[in-house]
Amino acid sequence: MDFNDTPEEAEFRAEARTFLEQHLEPKGAQPLRQRVSGEEFMKQAKKWQAEKAKAGYAKITWPKEMGGRGGTPMQQVIWGQEESKFDSPGGPFTIGLGMCIPTVIAFGSDEHKKRYVQKALTGEEIWCQLFSEPSAGSDVAGLKTRAVKDGDDWVINGQKVWTSGAHYSDYGILLVRTDPKAAKHKGLTMFIVDMKQQGVEARPIHQASGGREFNEVYFTDVRIPDSDRLGEVGQGWKVAIVTLMNERLAVGGSPGPDWSEIMDYAKQAGTMSDAAFRDNLADWYVAAQGYKLTKLRTQTALSKGQTPGPENSIGKIITANQLQDICNSAIEMQDHYGLMTGDEMPADGLFQQSFMWAPGLRIAGGTDEILKNIIAERVLGLPQDVRVDKDIPFDEMKSG
Amino acid sequence: MNFDFSDDQKFLGNEARKFLDGECTTQHVREVLNDDDKSHHEGVWQKVVEMGWLGTAIPEAHGGLGLGALELCVLAEEMGRALAPVPFASSVYFFAEGLMIAGSEAQKGAVLPGVASGDVIGCYAASEGPGNPDPAKLSVSFDGSKVSGTKVPVTDGDIATHAIVLAKEGSGASLVLVDLNGTGVSRKAVKTLEPTRSHAEITFDGAAGERLGPAGEGADLHGAIMNRAAIFLAFEQLGGATRCLEMATDYAKERYAFGRPIGGNQAIKHKLADMYVKNEVARSNCYYGAWAVSTDAAELPEAAAAARLAASEAYWYASKENIQTHGGMGFTWEVDCHLFYRRAKLLAVQAGAPKVWKEKLVRALELKNAA
Repeated sequence: MDFNDTPEEAEFRAEARTFLEQHLEPKGAQPLRQRVSGEEFMKQAKKWQAEKAKAGYAKITWPKEMGGRGGTPMQQVIWGQEESKFDSPGGPFTIGLGMCIPTVIAFGSDEHKKRYVQKALTGEEIWCQLFSEPSAGSDVAGLKTRAVKDGDDWVINGQKVWTSGAHYSDYGILLVRTDPKAAKHKGLTMFIVDMKQQGVEARPIHQASGGREFNEVYFTDVRIPDSDRLGEVGQGWKVAIVTLMNERLAVGGSPGPDWSEIMDYAKQAGTMSDAAFRDNLADWYVAAQGYKLTKLRTQTALSKGQTPGPENSIGKIITANQLQDICNSAIEMQDHYGLMTGDEMPADGLFQQSFMWAPGLRIAGGTDEILKNIIAERVLGLPQDVRVDKDIPFDEMKSG
Repeated sequence: MNFDFSDDQKFLGNEARKFLDGECTTQHVREVLNDDDKSHHEGVWQKVVEMGWLGTAIPEAHGGLGLGALELCVLAEEMGRALAPVPFASSVYFFAEGLMIAGSEAQKGAVLPGVASGDVIGCYAASEGPGNPDPAKLSVSFDGSKVSGTKVPVTDGDIATHAIVLAKEGSGASLVLVDLNGTGVSRKAVKTLEPTRSHAEITFDGAAGERLGPAGEGADLHGAIMNRAAIFLAFEQLGGATRCLEMATDYAKERYAFGRPIGGNQAIKHKLADMYVKNEVARSNCYYGAWAVSTDAAELPEAAAAARLAASEAYWYASKENIQTHGGMGFTWEVDCHLFYRRAKLLAVQAGAPKVWKEKLVRALELKNAA
């Protein structure tokens, strides 16, 4: 038992680090995104992605003929670990390369692959994923955006929501209802959609946190040629499952202040001696270590060329709830003063900022409740929930 | 990255599970539970002795197998899973490991071969009534050759042949090795929540003892022994908690109410998912503890505390919610749920309750943070 790289892994890590050092700045107080305009950020992000792709780091596990490196999942993890130490502007490409393009590869035609894969890899084109709708969140198969066949085209009308990067994306994968008479999961079809065409309108969502990082996307009489369909008509749910399975292996750190930050603050504030705080601190440490070490177990399996177990599924349940608890505790520790926001507050105001972000984190990418259902059903093998809508034609289903 | 047990170690664990599945069923556990005169299961104990498990981490020079702490962790998980009603933890994690930390070569040579062969059963006598024993405020005392005072409760104190006693000496504390069959030792069994592991009150009245380690260093040695024992106990807890999740999951699939398995209800699914999360947090912290104890890492204090806390929480939650998932059946004597609930409580308090370890953990983090 040890935490060391194998000689091959160490060699790859050194290589990756050298490349990163040549191209990026180490993580500083203020990331690039906050230092430059949105336009300039995107310019630099695309440049970085192109350099990554050229050197074979854009998709490490893909075969070389597809622009990858033919590397191992462990190398992908190592790359992620090293890249996260630098101020990398890689964010805009994550969804496209992590979810959309693998779906295009799995279900698209040769023309699709030729047309889209390379340009996504080099950052020339950015992709988004259009699944969620106002009435279809956890139950995403309940979506209502319609596609109606008209000659060789499909005509799309409806609304998507929580679409990251829709406003700067060139293409998207779009899940729509093609048959409202079929049962919920059976009337869906997946398409590639050009996001720059007329009738596609992305509007930023004003989040509860005050920020505007996500979009709603409206489709009004948008035409998609049938040749841009991914998978068979009515098989969209199967295609979507493949998309969701491709969510990249979590390698990131904590999503905000953790036990060490609140401990630093408590020391400054002179509240380390508070018995209830010490008690909470111990709990946070144990859970955070638990998840951090669980990721090392997953990496061990990858390093040995094995398929990791399901243990990594505990991650977001732990981190999102803990973030909320820690921020709440830090604010209450400051009493009335803790209500104030801004950079001049303790810890640069991060506790207050993340306090408003945490509720979203508990929902995004699977709510706590859905993640627990997934653990219960897929890991423990418990029966599925009752699905009263399972065999009912979609247009006869109750909704609200 | 190699944060896992080796294939050999996993093989040892699998073999131990197969063996215990046959030789140490809950029927064996119940033979001890249902008989007030039985302190442990002699048949199971003899088989554990024959397997050589007592000497797993004892050096070959002292009659052991000369394997390491990692192998002991693997066995501990299986012993915990099987609720083994034998004095394994007392004799191995506390007594033998304690001797290896504090004892002289002569003391180790004199006693460890007996532990490995099962001729010596060791116990660890620290508690003196309510509260975690404070080495600065002990009532049991040692004058350099004789021990006086009362320790209660002492796990396996009624059947042990030897004890390590935490005693006041001068203005400090020392660890003392006492032969419990000598004069000046009287013991009586005490009843506890966990009858499948026996406990005693031991009164020393000038009993002969020899110091382990230097005089007055008992507090530090005690801390070091607890850190190591905490990790082995955490593996027993992990084994028990894992078994509880299996039991609850199996039952939730088979038990029908309102026309379908109760495991189809989210109230049950989420409860069992929470159990899974806690068990995985415990497993990962236990593995880290195993690494720390096997390498004697500088991180041992926080690793031990985190393993113990995570495993105590996981076993507490799994054992109580396993009863809850079983409903009324879970509250009967005949269904095994309460055996785990009882064992979970013993393991959570026998080397210091969670509250004590939370404080140890935060102190370790403060020290690290200050460095």
